Amino acid sequence: MNNSLLFRLDWLSLLTYIALVSFGIINIYSTTFSDSALSIWNPASISGKQFWIFGACLIAMPFILYIKSNFFEHFSYIFYGLSILSLIGLFIFGQTISGATSWYSIGGFNLQPAEFTKITTALVVAEFLNGIQRDIRKRNDLIIALLFILIPVVLIILQPDAGSALVFFGLFFVFIREGLDMRWLFFSLGLIVVFIATLIFKPLIVSIGIALVTLIVFGSFKKSNIKLNPFLYTLGVFIVFSYSVDFIFNSVFEQRHRDRFNIILGLETDTRGIGYNINQSKIAIGSGGFSGKGYLNGTQTKGDFVPAQHTDYIFSTVGEEWGFLGSSFIILLFTLLIFRIIYRAEKQSSAFRRMFSYAFASILFVHFFVNIGMTLGLVPTVGIPLPFISYGGSSLMAFSLMLFIYLNFDYNRLS
Amino acid sequence: MIRKFVLLSFTLGSSLLFLIQLVSLQIFNQNYSELSLNNALEKRPVYPTRGLIYDRNGTLLVANQPVYDLMVIPENTISFDTLELISFLEISKEELIGSLYKARRFSSKRPSVVSRQISKEKQALFKEKIWKYTGFYFQKKTIRDYSFPIASNILGYTSEINPTELKNKTDYDLGEMIGRQGIEKAYEDVLRGRKGFQFFQKDRFNRIIGSYEEGSFDTAPEAANNLTLTIDAELQSYGASLMQNKRGGIVAIEPSSGEVLALVTAPSYDPNLLLGSGRSENFRALANDTLAKPLFDRGLQAEYSPGSPFKTLNALIALQENVISPSTQFSCNQGHFYARGAFMKCHCPIGTSNNLLKGIYNSCNSFFAKTYRRIIEKDSAAAAGLDRWRTHLEKFGLGNYLGYDLPIGKRGFIPSSSYYDRWYSKGNWGPTTVISNAIGQGEILTTPIQMANFTAAIANRGFYVKPHFTISKDQAIKDSLYTKNYTLIEARHFETVIEGMHQVVERGTARIAKIPGIEVCGKTGTAENFIRLNGEKTQLTDHSIFVAFAPKENPKIALAVFVENGYWGGRWAAPIASLMIEKYLKGKVKRTWLENRMLKGSLQNEYLKPLSGKPFEINE
Repeated sequence: MNNSLLFRLDWLSLLTYIALVSFGIINIYSTTFSDSALSIWNPASISGKQFWIFGACLIAMPFILYIKSNFFEHFSYIFYGLSILSLIGLFIFGQTISGATSWYSIGGFNLQPAEFTKITTALVVAEFLNGIQRDIRKRNDLIIALLFILIPVVLIILQPDAGSALVFFGLFFVFIREGLDMRWLFFSLGLIVVFIATLIFKPLIVSIGIALVTLIVFGSFKKSNIKLNPFLYTLGVFIVFSYSVDFIFNSVFEQRHRDRFNIILGLETDTRGIGYNINQSKIAIGSGGFSGKGYLNGTQTKGDFVPAQHTDYIFSTVGEEWGFLGSSFIILLFTLLIFRIIYRAEKQSSAFRRMFSYAFASILFVHFFVNIGMTLGLVPTVGIPLPFISYGGSSLMAFSLMLFIYLNFDYNRLS
Repeated sequence: MIRKFVLLSFTLGSSLLFLIQLVSLQIFNQNYSELSLNNALEKRPVYPTRGLIYDRNGTLLVANQPVYDLMVIPENTISFDTLELISFLEISKEELIGSLYKARRFSSKRPSVVSRQISKEKQALFKEKIWKYTGFYFQKKTIRDYSFPIASNILGYTSEINPTELKNKTDYDLGEMIGRQGIEKAYEDVLRGRKGFQFFQKDRFNRIIGSYEEGSFDTAPEAANNLTLTIDAELQSYGASLMQNKRGGIVAIEPSSGEVLALVTAPSYDPNLLLGSGRSENFRALANDTLAKPLFDRGLQAEYSPGSPFKTLNALIALQENVISPSTQFSCNQGHFYARGAFMKCHCPIGTSNNLLKGIYNSCNSFFAKTYRRIIEKDSAAAAGLDRWRTHLEKFGLGNYLGYDLPIGKRGFIPSSSYYDRWYSKGNWGPTTVISNAIGQGEILTTPIQMANFTAAIANRGFYVKPHFTISKDQAIKDSLYTKNYTLIEARHFETVIEGMHQVVERGTARIAKIPGIEVCGKTGTAENFIRLNGEKTQLTDHSIFVAFAPKENPKIALAVFVENGYWGGRWAAPIASLMIEKYLKGKVKRTWLENRMLKGSLQNEYLKPLSGKPFEINE
């Protein structure tokens, strides 16, 4: 088995991972680069910190690969319990950084339990659905699976860190894969469309639109003699939703929340206040042109125009200094990695391992979509990191760990 | 199974969406590059030091000196000794608080000026304490440094360009120095040089964080050119001291070249007043002095009746027009009746008969009135005669701008026939109506530089070179710019008039101007003048006027001196002109008794008369 590990290991994913992290460190260095900057691997600099954490991850990797896959299965509830406890513990021992109590400060090192809870939640959901007689199509099982997700979500929202909480809903893709009624997907997508439409148009117009769409859909199914009621229910739900969105958005949301949506939807142009980040990020990326301004030569990056540039907005540095070539390369790497994980997951013999791998791909996707979408001005500002690239010890460690577990599961896929 | 492809298609869809957005941001949209440059780059001008100005003998007149602006970056300040700072800056506590408040409102991270143009002496005193004032620092600038307190009217001054002017002068930056008057303004392009640029990387607070691309885009400033003036600093300075406590002007020209040797206006001001931190206050004081008008260049801008010196021109025109000859005699009986009931006074005793020479050196009004009458009456219509007379005068540079290289001036005035047609209706005027023109009164107006210029034309026997204030190193430019402008008078006629002017000094009205060893030619003038006082036309003491050149043969200097309300020409103007000539030609003045009289002489009491509100005597 020792010999065959090298053969059976998913080298493509591992190399993609190494490429992404290395590229990340290079770019983190650039965001802090100045004439007096420390060297790239000096642990006192942030790129150095990231570098040494990466090193530690690579050292830990063989140990994680040697653990038996069963271990994760057996201990999933315990891990989950521990991570929930660590989230609760934050309310007592947590360190507050920029308004969110999301960190434990241990020996000068800040640890963010929410990052690790993604892994344990993925494990526990996979383990739960893997149980005998469990089926996501059953209402009770779906509710329990959702509860596993909602507990950490609520705890994280209370920190408050809505961005990290949002990521957990990525597990929805696992449910879909495992047989959840596809209508939930269409229903969710419908809700999103109605939500956005309501922000742009008046609820009345949206309602008329919904009615028209429902009629067309209803009309096309008429011959097959499908019941009328579900359509009427859907129609009703969407219209009520539209009005409640309008109410919630205008009466419950705070102005800063409204602004985030309004800017993305182009309903408001504000390049100084809330729109500043997005505008500066777009300027940085746009000014990169086809081949970029060159490494360490990004003027936007050097001038610190984009806030949180080494963390959430790291992609703007990539866009500015590496141009279209570099940015699309990153996008391709992520697409490749997600595809690869899904592809390998489908080959798993064990449903537990398949679901976990799938959960990993889903979480990666949500991060990828929200983060890059945000820097490109396509998605409202949600503060979550770009996996492997953004600066952040917890994030890097958690995603590395998740990848290593996936690698472990993958080369054991036939056992 | 379709559900296997849900996440795949979401991923693929997002990636495509991102790529499309990247293409539109990075490849099709060029605005972002520009935005990014505006954002992150600061183009900072580097100014060359302004060109130096020398006089004709190579004496440095205008150089540059450093001054310091006290700057503050509000964010970096800590509590400091306010009392010490306000006593150093010599401002009130409120002013300091005000400027600090303004600085903070502008930006707490970028520098603002607290106090402008602190002299290097003051700065040196405070420099050792500046360490106590965290967040404050001195920023060096250069301003003008004047070697002598003279010639402010010629040199002009510099000051920072203001925001309104910036709209028209896009080549300037806020706070950049620009020439305001005189040479500084006229030769702005020469003295300014060409500024260079340095590019700096800014951060999001607009702070400079380093040079951009190691300065590879920076351009070096192009050094400014120095200027050599035609002015003789010593003569200029001497003229200014002779004119102290008087009002008026001196214009001295080298006839052969048209180079202005001295342009004195009195009262004037020390150019150092318009430097440094006191600039605006001093300027306001000078501009508000509407009585002495120190900012008004009397040499260039004051239009006076030329008075008797104008008789020389009428003599020349009459000779050229062949209406008199050198031997023509006219009688004078303390004046003469030029029309029924109209008498023109003269100082000749009863029974005098003057020829041209005597007419000039005795400045006989009757002689020139009769001469002038002949000029006008030469043609059947007075209009044609007058206009021909005017054409002659135009050739002497009168009635229009001379075109010298300083930005201010006046045209003066030489009436034309259409002017009188307008006043008297056509044909209703004749030689007697305009007879005052004969003796340089009436409608004629000239500026002192125009008078000096026609004197130079007489000295040159028939041409003048456009007066100018700078000496070009390039001979070709010199030749093309400064050609001879010929009058319509033949050279031989000049000799007669010049002899008359020589006799003025030898035995006539300006014997006081005689200099041993130098043949001086001149002509005095005593011009009546009026002001409107409480709505009434009030006559003031006559202006004292003198034009002269010397030596008689091969003249080196021609000048016009104008002393407001100095009474007769020989009283102030002739001695001053004579001293100027002596100073210039001999380098030293031997007639110290005359020099002292002029230096100490004051007309301040004369100038106070109309202000006293009481009736006053004139010409006493």
